[in-house]
Amino acid sequence: MSILVNNDTKVIVQGMTGRAGTFYTDQGMRYGAEYVGGVRPGRGGTTHLGLPVFHDVKTAKAETGADASLVIVPAPSAADAMIEAIEAELEVVVCVTERVPQHDMARVKRALQGSKTVLIGPNSQGILTPGQCKIGVMPTKDAKPGGVGIASRSASLTSEILAQCSAAGLGQSTTVGIGGDALHGIGFVECLEMFKHDPDTSSVVLIGEIGGREEELAAAYLAANDYPKPVVTLVVGRHAPEGRRMGHAGTLSAAGGLSAEEKIAQLKDAGARIANTPQDVVAEVLAATGGI
Amino acid sequence: MLLAEYKSKELLTQYGLTVPPGKRARSADEAEAVCAALNAKKYVVKAQISAGGRGLAGGIKFAATPSSVNDEAAKLLGTTLVTEQTGPSGETVNVVYVEAAEDLAAQHFIALTLDPETGAPLLLASAQGGVEFEQRARMDADAVQSAALTGPDTDAQIAEVLSRIGIDDPTASSMIAAGLQAFTENDMTLLEINPFAKTRDGRWLVIDAKVALDPAAAFRRPEFEGILAEQQLSATEAEAQKSNINFVALEGNLGVIVNGAGLGLATNDMIVDADGRPANFMDIRTTATSFDIARGVELLLQDKSVKALLLNVHGGGMTVCDTVAEGVAFAYSRSDRTVPCIARLAGVNADWGNQILKDRKVPVENFTDMSAAVARAVELAGGA
Repeated sequence: MSILVNNDTKVIVQGMTGRAGTFYTDQGMRYGAEYVGGVRPGRGGTTHLGLPVFHDVKTAKAETGADASLVIVPAPSAADAMIEAIEAELEVVVCVTERVPQHDMARVKRALQGSKTVLIGPNSQGILTPGQCKIGVMPTKDAKPGGVGIASRSASLTSEILAQCSAAGLGQSTTVGIGGDALHGIGFVECLEMFKHDPDTSSVVLIGEIGGREEELAAAYLAANDYPKPVVTLVVGRHAPEGRRMGHAGTLSAAGGLSAEEKIAQLKDAGARIANTPQDVVAEVLAATGGI
Repeated sequence: MLLAEYKSKELLTQYGLTVPPGKRARSADEAEAVCAALNAKKYVVKAQISAGGRGLAGGIKFAATPSSVNDEAAKLLGTTLVTEQTGPSGETVNVVYVEAAEDLAAQHFIALTLDPETGAPLLLASAQGGVEFEQRARMDADAVQSAALTGPDTDAQIAEVLSRIGIDDPTASSMIAAGLQAFTENDMTLLEINPFAKTRDGRWLVIDAKVALDPAAAFRRPEFEGILAEQQLSATEAEAQKSNINFVALEGNLGVIVNGAGLGLATNDMIVDADGRPANFMDIRTTATSFDIARGVELLLQDKSVKALLLNVHGGGMTVCDTVAEGVAFAYSRSDRTVPCIARLAGVNADWGNQILKDRKVPVENFTDMSAAVARAVELAGGA
């Protein structure tokens, strides 16, 4: 078991014929995930990397039985690609594209309302169930199957913490990059809910940072629920200069989005274990689970 | 990407929002000349910087006569304003905006941003606006009313929110509706009108406005390019941007080279926890080449206050350790400084990266443990 993706997941790639699309489709197949086709408008009927290419997602899904998609297209067409996959009712859509305009993501969020699709990203490293399925751009050399579920806003910290977990004998059930953008698909709360029901997940690691309200929402969820598994959180940016990059701290504080210290305090009050550094994460997971 | 006040107002005026009569000026004499056209009883001279907090930092001056407008403009132009949002190096005032000082009966706070939950525009409104709004909002969350404008009748939703803060006036709500149109048609991530004011003679005015544009939308907004060029990045930050590196200059003595924003924030947290002072925040973007990385490292080597470098890299799917090591080695080969380098490389091609640093005679000490690397780097930089 795992969450969202596993051995049975069939993946198509929107943007497979591009340079990045080719590279990461090839890597995903080498990892052993089941990639079944690609989408590239105007190139339907051809093959690429030995896989069939289709004009559109709907046809690709009908012909291959795909249930997931990797969106790896340039930012100007990313929103349309995500919406096409949502409208074709794929179960999982992973978008790794960086710098998708916020108003485009606003359209995607509206398309998601009432849909059963789980969107991961954009600006995400993707989702990995070690030994089973990789949809994304993350390294896999240090990944090991096991009981730690990871949901993260940072690709680099996920790689780092995953490697430290594996080195300490802690494998991972699934790692989900929820993405670093203000408007994105699933968040920490949905991940916590899925990890809760996954028998293979024995503990959950949340990797957060300053900006946005993901950590606050996770804290509220944990406070309101008797969560059955240990949750370890790392929130980075405690010493980042305040208000520096955005310059609109006023509206941010009014619209939510607390400092790292405040996020950490809320998570602690809600019963999460707090790690101060990436290295502390492994120590906290070990302390909480006894190394399972 | 923030617009200066006068540009925000120009943009909003195109959508029918009303602002006090005013004009920008680049010299004190020009500022005085503006007064003749304004025909006002009193004037206000406002420093045009993009960061907020300028009111409390002395960037807004009232003047009773055109000659005192000249004096105030002369004092502001060319100075550097440090506000709580500019960072310690501040922003230089190159332009002032001179406008008629209005007699205000009420000042409100209005803002539009995108609701991360629904993707709909989120309207925030508070009865009490003005310079100290931010502190007040922090103390009393209930002072701010909000609603996601999910439609279809957004005009009615706007009127309803305004009514909750005591504004029952169709002129005011149609002005905010026009602001919503400006927000959606220009890829704004923030439109903040503070204060949104009513004058004693009953007119609604945008007294100050802050517009943030989404740099990710620059591909469809050719006008953004000129605005980006005017952002007051430090020379170092601008140079780094060109090289696919996100760089924020800080005040410390320990140069930091990291891939990924999250790992970068975590590294700086660890340095400060260990009583060190980072000289910068760095995030090598996934598209950076080793040559780009060399530029980023050179910027740190050129900074005489930097006494040591900390290289904390997790080689991943996109940026691998040998690429970073190549960049670092190249920068050292072109620099006459031998700044000690602490390298903690992990992930893809870590051994290869360490080998490159050693072979190319970078004065490097290798670590595998992140805390140990941070402690040693802080020690070499000379602590706090």
